[in-house]
Amino acid sequence: CCCGRELFSWRLHSDIISTVEFNYSGDLLATGDKGGRVVIFQREQENKSRPHSRGEYNVYSTFQSHEPEFDYLKSLEIEEKINKIRWLPQQNAAHFLLSTNDKTIKLWKISERDKRAEGYNLKDEDGRLRDPFRITALRVPILKPMDLMVEASPRRIFANAHTYHINSISVNSDHETYLSADDLRINLWHLEITDRSFNIVDIKPANMEELTEVITAAEFHPHQCNVFVYSSSKGTIRLCDMRSSALCDRHSKFFEEPEDPSSRSFFSEIISSISDVKFSHSGRYMMTRDYLSVKVWDLNMESRPVETHQVHEYLRSKLCSLYENDCIFDKFECCWNGSDSAIMTGSYNNFFRMFDRDTRRDVTLEASRESSKPRASLKPRKVCTGGKRKKDEISVDSLDFNKKILHTAWHPADNVIAVAATNNLYIFQDKIN
Amino acid sequence: MAGASGLGTGPGAAGGDGDDSLYPIAVLIDELRNEDVQLRLNSIKKLSTIALALGVERTRSELLPFLTDTIYDEDEVLLALAEQLGNFTGLVGGPDFAHCLLPPLENLATVEETVVRDKAVESLRQISQEHTPVALEAYFVPLVKRLASGDWFTSRTSACSLFSVCYPRASNAVKAEIRQQFRSLCSDDTPMVRRAAASKLGEFAKVLELDSVKSEIVPLFTNLASDEQDSVRLLAVEACVSIAQLLSQDDLETLVMPTLRQAVEDKSWRVRYMVADKFSELQKAMGPKITLNDLIPAFQNLLKDCEAEVRAAAAHKVKELGENLPIEDRETIIMNQILPYIKELVSDTNPHVKSALASVIMGLSTILGKENTIEHLLPLFLAQLKDECPEVRLNIISNLDCVNEVIGIRQLSQSLLPAIVELAEDAKWRVRLAIIEYMPLLAGQLGVEFFDEKLNSLCMAWLVDHVYAIREAATNNLMKLVQKFGTEWAQNTIVPKVLVMANDPNYLHRMTTLFCINALSEACGQEITTKQMLPIVLKMAGDQVANVRFNVAKSLQKIGPILDTNALQGEVKPVLQKLGQDEDMDVKYFAQEAISVVAQRLRKLDFPVKDSGEPSVPRADKNHFPRPRVPGEDTGKGPVYQLHGDTRDTLAQLEIAELVHFSQSRD
Repeated sequence: CCCGRELFSWRLHSDIISTVEFNYSGDLLATGDKGGRVVIFQREQENKSRPHSRGEYNVYSTFQSHEPEFDYLKSLEIEEKINKIRWLPQQNAAHFLLSTNDKTIKLWKISERDKRAEGYNLKDEDGRLRDPFRITALRVPILKPMDLMVEASPRRIFANAHTYHINSISVNSDHETYLSADDLRINLWHLEITDRSFNIVDIKPANMEELTEVITAAEFHPHQCNVFVYSSSKGTIRLCDMRSSALCDRHSKFFEEPEDPSSRSFFSEIISSISDVKFSHSGRYMMTRDYLSVKVWDLNMESRPVETHQVHEYLRSKLCSLYENDCIFDKFECCWNGSDSAIMTGSYNNFFRMFDRDTRRDVTLEASRESSKPRASLKPRKVCTGGKRKKDEISVDSLDFNKKILHTAWHPADNVIAVAATNNLYIFQDKIN
Repeated sequence: MAGASGLGTGPGAAGGDGDDSLYPIAVLIDELRNEDVQLRLNSIKKLSTIALALGVERTRSELLPFLTDTIYDEDEVLLALAEQLGNFTGLVGGPDFAHCLLPPLENLATVEETVVRDKAVESLRQISQEHTPVALEAYFVPLVKRLASGDWFTSRTSACSLFSVCYPRASNAVKAEIRQQFRSLCSDDTPMVRRAAASKLGEFAKVLELDSVKSEIVPLFTNLASDEQDSVRLLAVEACVSIAQLLSQDDLETLVMPTLRQAVEDKSWRVRYMVADKFSELQKAMGPKITLNDLIPAFQNLLKDCEAEVRAAAAHKVKELGENLPIEDRETIIMNQILPYIKELVSDTNPHVKSALASVIMGLSTILGKENTIEHLLPLFLAQLKDECPEVRLNIISNLDCVNEVIGIRQLSQSLLPAIVELAEDAKWRVRLAIIEYMPLLAGQLGVEFFDEKLNSLCMAWLVDHVYAIREAATNNLMKLVQKFGTEWAQNTIVPKVLVMANDPNYLHRMTTLFCINALSEACGQEITTKQMLPIVLKMAGDQVANVRFNVAKSLQKIGPILDTNALQGEVKPVLQKLGQDEDMDVKYFAQEAISVVAQRLRKLDFPVKDSGEPSVPRADKNHFPRPRVPGEDTGKGPVYQLHGDTRDTLAQLEIAELVHFSQSRD
């Protein structure tokens, strides 16, 4: 695990990052931003002449995935902001990813080209036109090597299926379908069919005034193609089995932790809302993030989580002001490391938290330019909650709530993490000795 | 210069000094990589022309290597290329050189786009037949092996379709290898490949020796049928049909039935759905004995499945199941073993299930005969005619002809009427449209008296529906009714009502009069048209709305052939000439068009034409101009594109808009 080890970083981005995602091999890292742009980084291959370049991620491709739009029927602006990116399992030499804004999901192909055709019949080498009457022989173009070119091309557009804002997309382990979830509905798509999708969950009440809960995140099980979960604003998670019925309005499992009456407050409901749900790679556990904590659930136990980790418990006394500045509605994401032994999630003041599940140790780290010069180690940070502030501690009152880390990603195999701090992307990894 | 050496080597290559016949080919070759996809596509589609000009040697040594590396292109170009290469054997020098086509097709068989890959595989299958047995083993089989062991699953999925074409012509040693490779793909890590293997299992089984089918294919089938992913298991049901056709009854019982029984009770509804969906094929493949012992009980389970999609798929098969039963047992089996379940389905909770049943249930009456139909089916039909779901009622009404043959429609007429009236007034215009289309059929079966008494007013009401598509359908309906009931009936019951609408304050209704006249004039004949319809049309030429006026011109053109020359010359022409001077350019245009048609007719009838008015100026056809669209009634309700599963809303399609000439309507 990365905890406590020395890490180094570099800074790469310029617009507010709205999602970060490694591909299945970890060699590519995609980020989406508020401007509708997708930037893909590629990990450099190990290079003997430059030992320090091991694992460095460099920009591989940048493209505009979504543009701002206007829905004339409803007089609504549709933001170009990329809400989620999901990679598809690799199927040939090219790479594919799904990106979505509030309404439209797009399938992108990222491919390489390193050959160029040369030789025309009607033009000579300099591009001058030849006299058509003096052509005495036919030339077939020949392919010559050229500088590597990376192309991103839109392959499919899945539109017009969501009335509300899309919060999640998730690719199924059957490699041919994926789901997309908005506030009230979950749709199932075939990756090759854009004009049709199946509504598998619909929690919209007949009367919208009776609306008490919305869907906040949804994800497919990593191995069982028939199982998916979705979390709600009430802090519950429903697991559905698509085998039992075509419509999954009825769940097969319902995960909910009974509320502790002693800690009940005006904000209880808001802070229990789940902002992210992620299956472990093994498929045995899932992790949920609410405002103050991250919980790990065993799929076989619905009554309570097997682990609860406090992310920033010191904010419990600050909920009132966090409500006033709307921070209480921030949607923090969470992620597993490759072996499911550690988890990571974000906090404020550019802090992010890592929890080692085996040793029960946890660490707070900071993603900032000052504290993480390239190839320098990250120092653990501490937030002072009591009266006296020790050296190197930071007081709760001086935390900067504008600097929030909502999106993080962990390499599927190695100890490499990507942390999006508003408009900066930091990549940390184990220090090379 | 490059290419000079290859000059004249092939039979098609043109020779010598600046031959201008080379120019078009040179253009085609250059456009193979034009910026414009259409031009590239065009060139690829003429690939045979290029190859012919280059000759077989240069095609093999230069063109094919170039094409092998062009897999970067757009899908439609790649698709065309994959298709072309399938017919290229002659252009590369015949069967001895067919293997030269393999490299480009091998590349195409690994692209991500399924249509391209499938086409490349199709071409590969085609070319495999042109290989000599030696070449097949030297070139084609190694290609299949490469694809089958490729890194990416796209290539392995493509390989699945190629085993069956090389197997029959391979030597025994190679055959064993091919079987081995197919086996390993059946247990591939990626579900995509297992699905491809499962879907080709039946086809592969057909080319194998019977022993291998029993010893190798059946275990593979059993494995795939219990795959962890239901998307794989459901494909095994299809394979079951093909495998069953190859085995004896005894083998079926021991080798296939255990697996099929398992599929019927699979935990996943999608697998059970497949069993229901493929039921007729299974029934035929398994034969009557297994059908009676196993499939009928299985079918009963499917009819009462907990998932509506499964019940609906099974309900769809009720009629086919009956038809496929041995004639002597049909009646008993259906009456005793199927009908009780059908009775339950009539009052199913899911409308999708009920409408699936309603679409086939009438077909049972021919199988069960008159008495059973009256005693057992008729109560069901009557219940379905009163169903709350319009689609159920509609499906019953649309299949009335089956019952009519057996028991006559009169038995149903008392229940039919309320059902029809309700559908006729349904809020969804698609439902109204559907019932209109059955009116002529119903009218024929119910007879003119019943019709006049009960249905005539409905038909007239549709003429003033607020959706154009309904008004249009209502117009055509009138025409068909007149064809059925005759002109006298038309004159007495239809025409007066239509003509009254000419004075309607709504210009859309006034136009409906014109549309009706267009439709009815031919069926009604000259006398009625001249005496009753023409005066009304002529009167409407003074309408204040331009849309009405130019439709008058169109109507006059339409009914012209039915009128006699006196009417044409004396009444129609002056009015058209007046409209030809109209201030509205569209009215003018259609009037002039009508004048020229009428004048032609007069000329044919040898009537002296003195003043034919302004000659019609040729211009773009007005009908092709896009006109502004006015949304239909239902478009406002919710998102038009909201897509749902089949069960939720099958009518959730874009409701079509109405076309109106907008710019000059003034009321």
